[in-house]
Amino acid sequence: MRITGSIARPAAARIPWLTIGVWGALAILVLIAYMRAPQATTAVLTSTIRQSTPIILGALAGIMCERSGVINIGIEGMMLISAFLGFLFNVWTGDLFLATLGALLVGAAVGAFHALMSITLKVDQIIAGTVINILAIGTTGYFYQQGLTTRGKLTPVSIPFLADIPIIGPVFFSNPPITYASLILIVVVHVLLFRTAWGLRTRAVGEHPAAADTVGIAVNRVRYINVIIGGMLAGLAGAFLTLESVGSFERNMTNGRGFVSLAVMIFGKWTPFGAWGGSLLFGFANALQSQIQFLKNQLPSWLAWIGDLPPQFIGMLPYVLTIAVLAGFVGRARPPAAIGKVYEKE
Amino acid sequence: MSAGSEIVLEARNITKRFPGVVANENVSLKLYRGEVLALLGENGAGKTTLMNILYGLYHQDSGEVLIRGEPVRISGPSDSIRHGIGMVHQHFMLVPVFTVAENIILGAETRNGPFLDLNAARRQIRELSRQYNLDVDPDAYVKDLSVGQQQRVEIIKALYRKADILILDEPTAVLTPQETEELFTIIRSLTARGASVIFISHKLKEVLAIADRIMVLRRGRVVGETTPREATERSLAEMMVGRSVMMEVEKGEAHPGTPVLTLDRVTVLDDRGQRVVNEVSLEVHAGEILGIAGVQGNGQTELVEAITGLRPVHSGRVLINGRDVTNASPRRISETGCAHVPEDRQEDGLVLTYSVADNLVLNTYYTPPFARGIVRNDRAILNHASRLIERYDVRTPGPLTPVSALSGGNKQKVIIARELSREGRLLIAAQPTRGIDVGSIEFIHQRIVAERDQGAAVLLVSAELDEIMALSDRIAVMYHGKIVATLPAASATREELGLLMAGAQPTNVPHETIADGRATVKAQR
Ligand SMILES: Nc1ncnc2c1ncn2[C@@H]1O[C@H](COP(=O)(O)OP(=O)(O)OP(=O)(O)O)[C@@H](O)[C@H]1O
Ligand SMILES: [Mg+2]
Repeated sequence: MRITGSIARPAAARIPWLTIGVWGALAILVLIAYMRAPQATTAVLTSTIRQSTPIILGALAGIMCERSGVINIGIEGMMLISAFLGFLFNVWTGDLFLATLGALLVGAAVGAFHALMSITLKVDQIIAGTVINILAIGTTGYFYQQGLTTRGKLTPVSIPFLADIPIIGPVFFSNPPITYASLILIVVVHVLLFRTAWGLRTRAVGEHPAAADTVGIAVNRVRYINVIIGGMLAGLAGAFLTLESVGSFERNMTNGRGFVSLAVMIFGKWTPFGAWGGSLLFGFANALQSQIQFLKNQLPSWLAWIGDLPPQFIGMLPYVLTIAVLAGFVGRARPPAAIGKVYEKE
Repeated sequence: MSAGSEIVLEARNITKRFPGVVANENVSLKLYRGEVLALLGENGAGKTTLMNILYGLYHQDSGEVLIRGEPVRISGPSDSIRHGIGMVHQHFMLVPVFTVAENIILGAETRNGPFLDLNAARRQIRELSRQYNLDVDPDAYVKDLSVGQQQRVEIIKALYRKADILILDEPTAVLTPQETEELFTIIRSLTARGASVIFISHKLKEVLAIADRIMVLRRGRVVGETTPREATERSLAEMMVGRSVMMEVEKGEAHPGTPVLTLDRVTVLDDRGQRVVNEVSLEVHAGEILGIAGVQGNGQTELVEAITGLRPVHSGRVLINGRDVTNASPRRISETGCAHVPEDRQEDGLVLTYSVADNLVLNTYYTPPFARGIVRNDRAILNHASRLIERYDVRTPGPLTPVSALSGGNKQKVIIARELSREGRLLIAAQPTRGIDVGSIEFIHQRIVAERDQGAAVLLVSAELDEIMALSDRIAVMYHGKIVATLPAASATREELGLLMAGAQPTNVPHETIADGRATVKAQR
């Protein structure tokens, strides 16, 4: 019998020196940039956090599903439907809190639908996710009417004193509610997965469902609950788009963010903090890209050539970066062993 | 030993059907406090099925289960665990990427509020380790453990749940003789404390050594009950199979011909990059069986993988019929006429979701008569399957049943049938009879000898010294990645081989011969 697994396990506890080194270097770079151009630097960093919020929420959704063994490529669709219905709730009730809650519930419902298809009806999980994506684009596009008016969007809340710290203050302590929530949820999901009994069971079900079954764990129930939680997280990402970021709905406004979330989840080896790193990278590339377009004419002379590039080219930056990083790292990631497989007993 | 008279577990008239087979028919069983009940039976007799019913993984069609005299409904493992039943499965149920402690507490976690309390878990595991002499490191990852250690984890898992009825399904199939001895010590200390054990094995010696009572199943029915005092290996074999079984292999003189497999200073690395096979040179000739003896984990597995193309050869050369096949693809090696019975049947030998028929042509499906151009010839494949199922006595509802539904031993027979039915000049068989019942072992051994007599070269790797001694013409002993000696089987003794396998220097051993004129007989480090 061969028992050795030659591939790295999903990282959980080791001290990530490499990661610490990279972030340390980045911090120094940020300081240098801040000394040379304080406003632009703060703007880029603030925008990095904003841009990364839906990505990390989507990635957390993916992590919950996939750690329990269910592939979810329907995150894009889950986000889009929740964004749309969250927006409509806002139009109808005028209450942003209720609208956010509504988006969460919609996410949970779509999650339950995905669980029903993948677990109970044993539809191929890739197909189930694709069904959700197609349904989302079709229905939101069909029901969307131009000219619906909204009543505002979620606005930044500054935390007293903390918000006054240079750089860190505006970047971390002067954000709207869903952005705060996403930062807290990274920690919550990490603790849930790696420090609680529920997390242990979730990971067992995703790695070796038969083993979980033989110790009395109801495999499919655990999967259902995790997929529904994942749906709620994707719903929150959707709420971010319409209720916090843009303030209104546009056709196909997720624009691939659900798929970027999945990429980031893999980049982060199915861990919340790893995925956060990936999200920040994507967010940063996005922020940089818009700053460049914005400050085209003020670039120092040795960077002036960037201003001459076609804007579409610079717009590619976040995606190219994501692909490059993924191509470089994904080879070493190991998905949960039982992912995508229906669990059957007899 | 004094088994009590209190019945802790009773099954009455259990019947269980699967599509096309009755796995258990009116099976009744009693288990007394403090005893070891051995369950014997051919492959597919229904042993695992019965145990899965007692553990709640399957549900009986009719019949009832009583625990300490009370009728109980076991609708899932959580019920059986609650009633004190623990089971170590034929294929272990451990999460490889979890630590020992995480595996043990899974489903019954030690907690501190909502959080896992791994320190409490470690304490309890250490306590159990000490109490029962089961040595494990709670923080080791299961994937890094040997099979014997994994089994200890499984036993602690049951004890942690306070099981006093322990089901062990073929626990010794993958253990070294020493590990088996350790397991028996553990079993005895458990029963001495009042636990009861159901023990399944195909090794009759073991059953006679450990059991208080022996129950025999055949084709889903109980055919008899006996005790080690009344029974012998021969009588047990007869009870199981329903006819007399020859326990020795009949074989005539070998007539070795030209070399078919030649290894020239082959070095192989394991998954961690360690040299597990170190400059091994040997030759297997047409018409002879070369057995490789050795304690598991001395490089035999990796050597076979390297020869068959499943693992890179780090340095050295592999020749088949004089042609260099070093690092050739498995298909090319297979096409030289090399048949391979892999050690890990689940992993390397079968596609579990495919039918028996498809698995039987897994390495020939693209050649005539199974293919005409690019089209499969289903009729030829089915005919072939029916023939082999009959010939090798594979117990399956039919050729189209998925292999995953077969019993452990019958899965193994599918592989044996596929590989032995090929027109091969070279047969590489790793643990060919692991998990196989005595009746079928007899047949498989006869077939391997027949292959030899037809001029095939056979390389046999087995953890069973008896098997090596019964089949081989020459025996090579592997220790720490090297062939430390090659002996003619006729003059080799158990003691001598045992010493060599334990790392004794060959110079201490009388009448040792040197393999192929250049075997490495160097002293060990
Ligand atoms: N999940 C299943 N689906 C269909 N048939 C099954 C299933 N499990 C077992 N069977 C059938 O039930 C019969 C008994 O199988 P079982 O695994 O109990 O045998 P066993 O006595 O444990 O044999 P072995 O010694 O080979 O392990 C076999 O014919 C097998 O094909
Ligand atoms: Mg069995």
